[in-house]
Amino acid sequence: MKILVCISKSPDTTSKIAFTEGNTKFDENGVQYIVNPYDEWYALVRGLELKEALGGTVTTITVGTAADDATIRKALAIGADNAVRVDAEATDAYQVASEIAAYAKDKGFDLVLTGKETINYNGSQVAGMIAEELELPFVSLATKLNVEGTTAKLDKEIVGGVETVEAQLPLVVSCAKGMAEQRIPNMRGIMAARTKPLEVVTPVGGEAMTSFVSFDLPPAKSAVKLIDPENMDELVELLHNEAKVL
Amino acid sequence: MATDLYTHPDYFNMDDLLTDEHKLIRDTARAWVKKEVSPIIDEHYENATFPMHILSGLGEIGAFGPYIPTKYGGPELDQISYGLIMQELERCDSGLRSTASVQSSLVMYPIWKYGSEEQKMKYLPKLATGEMIGCFGLTEPDHGSNPAGMITNFKDMGDHYLLNGAKMWISNAPFADIAVVWAKNEEGRIHGLVVERGMEGFSTPEMHGKLSLRASATGELIFENVKVPKENLLPGRSGLGAPLSCLDSARFGIAWGALGAAMDCYDQALRYSKERTQFNVPIGSFQLIQKKLAEMITEITKAQLLTFRLGQLRNEGKATSAQISMAKRNNVEIALNIAREARQIHGGMGITSEYSMMRHMANLESVVTYEGTHDIHLLITGMDVTGIPAFTREMPDLNK
Ligand SMILES: Cc1cc2nc3c(=O)[nH]c(=O)nc-3n(C[C@H](O)[C@H](O)[C@H](O)COP(=O)(O)OP(=O)(O)OC[C@H]3O[C@@H](n4cnc5c(N)ncnc54)[C@H](O)[C@@H]3O)c2cc1C
Repeated sequence: MKILVCISKSPDTTSKIAFTEGNTKFDENGVQYIVNPYDEWYALVRGLELKEALGGTVTTITVGTAADDATIRKALAIGADNAVRVDAEATDAYQVASEIAAYAKDKGFDLVLTGKETINYNGSQVAGMIAEELELPFVSLATKLNVEGTTAKLDKEIVGGVETVEAQLPLVVSCAKGMAEQRIPNMRGIMAARTKPLEVVTPVGGEAMTSFVSFDLPPAKSAVKLIDPENMDELVELLHNEAKVL
Repeated sequence: MATDLYTHPDYFNMDDLLTDEHKLIRDTARAWVKKEVSPIIDEHYENATFPMHILSGLGEIGAFGPYIPTKYGGPELDQISYGLIMQELERCDSGLRSTASVQSSLVMYPIWKYGSEEQKMKYLPKLATGEMIGCFGLTEPDHGSNPAGMITNFKDMGDHYLLNGAKMWISNAPFADIAVVWAKNEEGRIHGLVVERGMEGFSTPEMHGKLSLRASATGELIFENVKVPKENLLPGRSGLGAPLSCLDSARFGIAWGALGAAMDCYDQALRYSKERTQFNVPIGSFQLIQKKLAEMITEITKAQLLTFRLGQLRNEGKATSAQISMAKRNNVEIALNIAREARQIHGGMGITSEYSMMRHMANLESVVTYEGTHDIHLLITGMDVTGIPAFTREMPDLNK
């Protein structure tokens, strides 16, 4: 079983969010990056569990610069066997997906796993685009994944219930909460990560199809208005005219 | 305790001075603590029990002998890594850090530095995983700040040593598998001996009634004609300098650890100041609250700089005992002050186990006492800068 797990970084959830260059670029100043939780907790860990059960290898792939090596080492410390970094700044979902697909094309991976989205851009597009580029089946937002022979059985949560689907390997899956439990690396893993291979490959020149026009922060939370329980008229009035929800 | 939301304050971008691996080690320890210890620490503190089931986890995150070479089963990390792990542990609870400090610096360190090759191979790998737990016996009922006066002693009986005496206030003693015991030989010279649980005449009664460091087990070590095999004597070093060098290593970890407790208190106080509303505004908008927060983060930042520099010096093998002593004293003192101020910011909520300040505050009363009291450390700095030791004095003749 050859498994490829796509690993991206995302800002630590406690980071202060600000923008530069006329609100077109995320301000990285003072931001600590972590491995995108959906990639780490669900895609990577489920990949490792499948490898442990069925044998094989887990390779991670990241489109990014040397600044991403710290997050890649963490994925190796958690247990991936080797890592690939496509040496290019990640610009949009299509560019990332085309670089990953170009690398994966002739490598014979049985499974390509991604998180369901990154917690910064929440695009949820990369996995589907990889599948399209590789002409493979794609299951999105999976919460369970089991493999028997060359058949994968997956659960995905749908409104009000669960959908169970089957697909043939090779397959691309985007992983959602429920797929696995967070794994904390241990010291043996951290030490082993020092010497695990991290191959840096030249990008094929995948081009972005979109660009950012601007980012806007949500309006600051305004103070809570307390209304006397006797004064229902005022509440209705405010919901009508100020909150505009009625 | 409520959900553990801890993130460390880093006002002077100290993280830029750490390597990626340092950060990975720290984040690993933090994630493990949040998952395994934060949810249960209050219960253990209240019941005065040590959570035995976390020992192997402590081994896995490298908390036992982080700097011990790989050939003896350790991860062979640098001193800053050791400090960071201790910081993450004490950020949760000083008792948790105490267990790891004792195992690392007071048990593994002397065996590694002064033990024979056989002793190292026999004990270190098992101590590193937590399969075996150790304790360190220096303090006696009548000899605390003055360990040189100890009366625990051993006699050479030809094919073994005969050990007699008692140690008190010993962390991990109630469940330790081995004890590194400091005792005098017939010439009055101090040596280290490894005493194993099960040796006849050796017992470790638990001490009860502690109102501090309740989630750490403390006990006595009692030796009544214990026959200790000759190969259990640490051959590498004798004299008071041997246990004192272990204390250097442990105090280094405490300096990082106590700072962790301070950072935890500040982190909570800052969050609470923004969330708690009185007089229609968040309490963080009051100048008196801001003064407290501003002073806290200033002291924390100064301590972070001091501690990181100490880590560099220790990595280079250049940190003096006096420098380590100053860092231990300073960081414990600021942690105690910050715990008190942070508790006040929390008002009545601050005295409950919903928040950790009160527990930190009570714990730090042990930390300010063990490994050299605050005052003893003042005397160490005083001696270092004046060249004049002021530890002892002549008893004045009260009849004159
Ligand atoms: C929870 C806990 C865990 C511990 N774990 C261990 C352990 O694992 N192993 C171990 O060996 N020990 C351990 N200790 C013992 C600890 O190191 C001693 O308590 C400490 O050294 C102080 O000794 P003492 O309690 O006898 O106080 P004393 O030495 O009696 O001191 C009493 C007071 O006198 C002051 N004083 C003493 N001498 C002087 C002086 N020359 N000048 C000015 N003031 C002075 C002190 O500062 C203090 O305020 C532990 C203690 C505690 C509380």
